[in-house]
Amino acid sequence: MIPDPYLVIVIFVGVALVFPIFPLILAWMWRRFFQPPKPGAEKNATYECGVESLGEAQIQFRSQYYLYAIIFLIFDVEAVFLVPFAVAFTGLPIGAFVSILVFLLLLLEGLVWAWSKGCLDWAR
Amino acid sequence: MSDIDEGLRAELQRQGIWVTSMQELYNWGRKNSIWPLQFGLACCAIEMIATAASRYDIARFGGEIFRPSPRQADLMIVAGTVTKKMAPQIVRLYNQMPDPKYVISMGACAISGGPFKQGYNVLKGIDRYIPVDVYIPGCPPRPEALLHAFMELQRKIDEQKLTGAGKAAHLDRTHPSEFPVPAFGAHDLEPAANSAVFQPPEIQR
Repeated sequence: MIPDPYLVIVIFVGVALVFPIFPLILAWMWRRFFQPPKPGAEKNATYECGVESLGEAQIQFRSQYYLYAIIFLIFDVEAVFLVPFAVAFTGLPIGAFVSILVFLLLLLEGLVWAWSKGCLDWAR
Repeated sequence: MSDIDEGLRAELQRQGIWVTSMQELYNWGRKNSIWPLQFGLACCAIEMIATAASRYDIARFGGEIFRPSPRQADLMIVAGTVTKKMAPQIVRLYNQMPDPKYVISMGACAISGGPFKQGYNVLKGIDRYIPVDVYIPGCPPRPEALLHAFMELQRKIDEQKLTGAGKAAHLDRTHPSEFPVPAFGAHDLEPAANSAVFQPPEIQR
């Protein structure tokens, strides 16, 4: 008799569940019966290089950083679309060339806007 | 845990039956996978690096994985002169290591201050603040000496009990896992030694 082809997947899922859960149970039992947990202020500290931890790990970044994100996006998106376009350039019709030109102009407009707002003057 | 008769065990082994206990299995696994904390303080660290490198190869004993984070380390090799400025950081690193943890005090400086004992800025032994398991004399000790200390530590781990009165420190609920970090005082570290850890013998004159 031929076994069900999905039986392999069922076995696979079973092993994938047992493999991580068994050591976790083992570790839990080890903690329960032998090794008492000993947490502490230093042990649970954020920083782990021997230097005293100051403040929390979850800090907020200032919202002014959105400008950097936008400028990054301009060049990033440009590269993502331009590289495949350049690779396939010789085999593309004239319409594709026009549309990528429009796309570039849109991004260029964003760059000009950011430039005129003074976002590119890094040393402020 | 391990109350099988030694003669019976030897007899069984001769017949091809290997008997072990949970304690032996646990200690066997631990002593052959000691991960040291990767940090050096002074010239002893060069010898420690030589021990870890191919010629002396501490990996033969299961100590190859030097961890750059105390969270993943079992063993702290205090390799070199501990200045008073560095001592709080070392105690803090020790505190951040998870249990079970061990300390090898490598070289004359880490044991007692060594040739710099009279210096105003040198701690006279790391055992003033944290418990040390193995001391290695020498200035600096040769890699063979560090390997010997490593094997001594393995022997110590092998003898640790899982239950009972004399069980291992990390299994004992009352034994502390963290020790107080000394603070910078006006002239010295405060306190100058942790009296719970540092109990030098009385000098008989």
